Amino acid sequence: MKLDSKIPEGPLAEKWTKHKFNLKLVNPANKRKYDIIVVGTGLAGASAAASLAELGYNVKTFCFQDSPRRAHSIAAQGGINAAKNYQNDGDSVYRLFYDTIKGGDYRAREGNVYRLAEVSVNIIDQCVAQGVPFAREYGGLLANRSFGGAQVSRTFYARGQTGQQLLLGAYSAMNRQIANGKVKSYTRTEMLDVVLVDGKARGIITRDLVTGKIEAHSAHAVLLCTGGYGNVFYLSTNAKGSNATAAWRAHKKGALFGNPCFTQIHPTCIPVSGDHQSKLTLMSESLRNDGRVWVPKTAVKGLKASDAVKIAEADRDYFLERRYPSFGNLVPRDVASRNAKYVCDEGRGVGATGLAVFLDFSDAIKRDGRKVIEAKYGNLFDMYKQITGDDPYEVPMMIYPAVHYTMGGLWVDYNLMTTVPGLYALGEANFSDHGANRLGASALMQGLADGYFVIPYTIGDYLAGMPYEKVSTDRPEFKEAVQQVTDRISKLLSIKGRKTVDEFHRELGLTMWEYCGMSRNEEGLKKAKKKIQELRAEFWQNVNVVGSHNELNMELEKANRVADFLELGELMVDDALNRSESCGGHFREESATEDGEAKRKDDEFAYVAAWEYKGDNQPEVLHKEELRFENVKLTQRSYK
Amino acid sequence: MELTLKIWRQKGPNDKGGFKTYKHTHVSPDMSFLEMLDVLNTELIKKGEEPVHFDHDCREGICGMCSLYINGRPHGPLQTTTCQLHMRSFRDGQTITIEPWRAKPFPIIKDLVVDRSAFERIQQAGGYISVNTGGVPDGNEIPIPKKIADEAMDAATCIGCGACVAACKNASAMLFVSAKVSQLALLPQGKPERKERVERMVAQMDAEGFGACTNTRACEAECPKGISVTNIARLNREYYSAMLSSYEIASKGGGD
Repeated sequence: MKLDSKIPEGPLAEKWTKHKFNLKLVNPANKRKYDIIVVGTGLAGASAAASLAELGYNVKTFCFQDSPRRAHSIAAQGGINAAKNYQNDGDSVYRLFYDTIKGGDYRAREGNVYRLAEVSVNIIDQCVAQGVPFAREYGGLLANRSFGGAQVSRTFYARGQTGQQLLLGAYSAMNRQIANGKVKSYTRTEMLDVVLVDGKARGIITRDLVTGKIEAHSAHAVLLCTGGYGNVFYLSTNAKGSNATAAWRAHKKGALFGNPCFTQIHPTCIPVSGDHQSKLTLMSESLRNDGRVWVPKTAVKGLKASDAVKIAEADRDYFLERRYPSFGNLVPRDVASRNAKYVCDEGRGVGATGLAVFLDFSDAIKRDGRKVIEAKYGNLFDMYKQITGDDPYEVPMMIYPAVHYTMGGLWVDYNLMTTVPGLYALGEANFSDHGANRLGASALMQGLADGYFVIPYTIGDYLAGMPYEKVSTDRPEFKEAVQQVTDRISKLLSIKGRKTVDEFHRELGLTMWEYCGMSRNEEGLKKAKKKIQELRAEFWQNVNVVGSHNELNMELEKANRVADFLELGELMVDDALNRSESCGGHFREESATEDGEAKRKDDEFAYVAAWEYKGDNQPEVLHKEELRFENVKLTQRSYK
Repeated sequence: MELTLKIWRQKGPNDKGGFKTYKHTHVSPDMSFLEMLDVLNTELIKKGEEPVHFDHDCREGICGMCSLYINGRPHGPLQTTTCQLHMRSFRDGQTITIEPWRAKPFPIIKDLVVDRSAFERIQQAGGYISVNTGGVPDGNEIPIPKKIADEAMDAATCIGCGACVAACKNASAMLFVSAKVSQLALLPQGKPERKERVERMVAQMDAEGFGACTNTRACEAECPKGISVTNIARLNREYYSAMLSSYEIASKGGGD
């Protein structure tokens, strides 16, 4: 298989403009003859659904939650980047492009990233017009803050609820189209398979989560906007329902999976409190603007936050400020996480488990006053207190890294199309723009860029060559897919084993965290591969899924998802094994500089690893898309 | 901790349903309320019983998916979402009664899960500004006084969980509707459609069967996001002013 990224030729700054002109158009009157399925209603899905419906296409949206507004984009806290240069501090489209390419450790495509930076400015305008209440200065103009991996202030925000406000904006645009009859929204409905007719994506199979009814939907194109797969790790900052099923089933139907081992471990999360832990809560990276990260210079066993004040200033190690004087606490996420791990590995971690570091606001409160800090981070401080019982105005927060985002995802070309014609992947579900590490406030930017400003152009090019005729869901391809989905559900319900779905999921998560988490090595990864294979085999012999198929059955929903995680987990390990370099969030212990920084091997690994599914329990086949850098010079990242 | 849980169990929408009592002996004060239910559910599954169904997703207090009427209060004793409630807010040996949201427009699907799609239809009736993607002015061409932006943001933080309806003796949805109406009526971008918006959203709210507001302020007291009843006052003002002077009336020669 030859991977064609379809990156247009020509100067970087002209690629997208040129490409838009070269794309075929669908006549306005003909757009209503095409049906488009959008799976997932987060930032990418809701913005795509609304924009496509506005153009005249007939859109069907699907989400497993009871409302599109509850998609996990809602939980993004800190902000959204845009190269507006409203601060007059030297920002530009090129700088945002450069920061993103560098932040991603040179494992993303130049063309894609430049386009992302280019449309970032339109996103802010669009959201303002929709009534998104961004933070403002006293003069009434938009406010900005700074974020990790950048030395300019380009992050727009709505308190600590930026994702919520942006999603509600996209959701409102989608609601308008529901009212107009151009979008039909299916809630509490989960996609369980994609259907190909003559090699093209022509529909999906869904399960109504309330009645259990399995249904087929046909369309001219299918968009997967289903988010990432961080929940492979069981504990992550993702919502409990976030899952990889749509992407994984698409992968099994022929869509290649790009860079599956690229996962982002976010440095500022609330540490685990016990075995009952069901998820991890993120504390926005924006806190690192004012909070200082430290541990004691010499180990103090079980140091409580309330005793932190007893550690004299001279006995504290502000390890990020010490190691990275120019970026300090605002180094990119992968660097911050890894350094927290190092100090904890040295035994200098704090709290009952020793798996935490302090994030201290006392200096900022002294400098700016409590009021200023409260205005910036009030809701985050409240949330922290609610969960831990500690008051961060009085004592330092305790934080530890947690799985947060997956840079890997379905391989897509410049048009966001996967290797299956007519099947697109947008937002976190694709692999495309963040390389090996995503910068803070860039996920919201990418989700909305894909949905508002990329897919409305690129999908026309595909549809313009399609006949208007709808395919019937009575065709054998649909019938067969319905049968497979039904059989799998019956199988899950019939095993009646002794272990719960959560027990399997937890075990998988522990294996992934231990061997395929913040740092990885060959021996550990090989061990993980074996463990996952065994666990998967056991799952299909010994899982206990109670209840029946024709009702609301949340255990069955989980079982379906965990079965897919058990396959995807192995592919992540395979990819991590193959990539014996360190880059961004992927840290191979065998490939480090003398002072412990990630060491890339550009001669060997400047490529996108795209994996092809070959059948159950068969090794996947690796395809390489070489990355060409014509504008930036590859250097070892330095934030010192 | 040891707890006695009285939980509403109902197999489906047409089932009668009733309380069932469970002893829960494996509770740690550090657990969230939902994690406490997770542990109970694991025990039930091990015994071959059906787990208690409840809605949840982000478990960060922002998606609005979780609900639960705990000891007679939506989202329990603190003014936060159920997912953010931790067991340290309860006493060892306490009996906790857990019910679904109770309101006619929120029919029960199963156990503690209710159907809140009425909220969707209200939003679809007008909870938006009619702009298409593209062709909008630069973000800074619309200066908005910080106070107004902050006030709009206060209203916009509504998570659509439905606690306001559950708390209200009339099952009124005024707080929910007023939050959206306020956000968009306050902002200059929302002004062109403010009259039709409020009329349509209120009409849909009434059609869904939500009750009237009698200013008991239970909604505000229980709202996990602290949405103020000031928004209801603003909604009323918007509504009456629209009734008297909407473009519908103006175009026929009436109103102002």
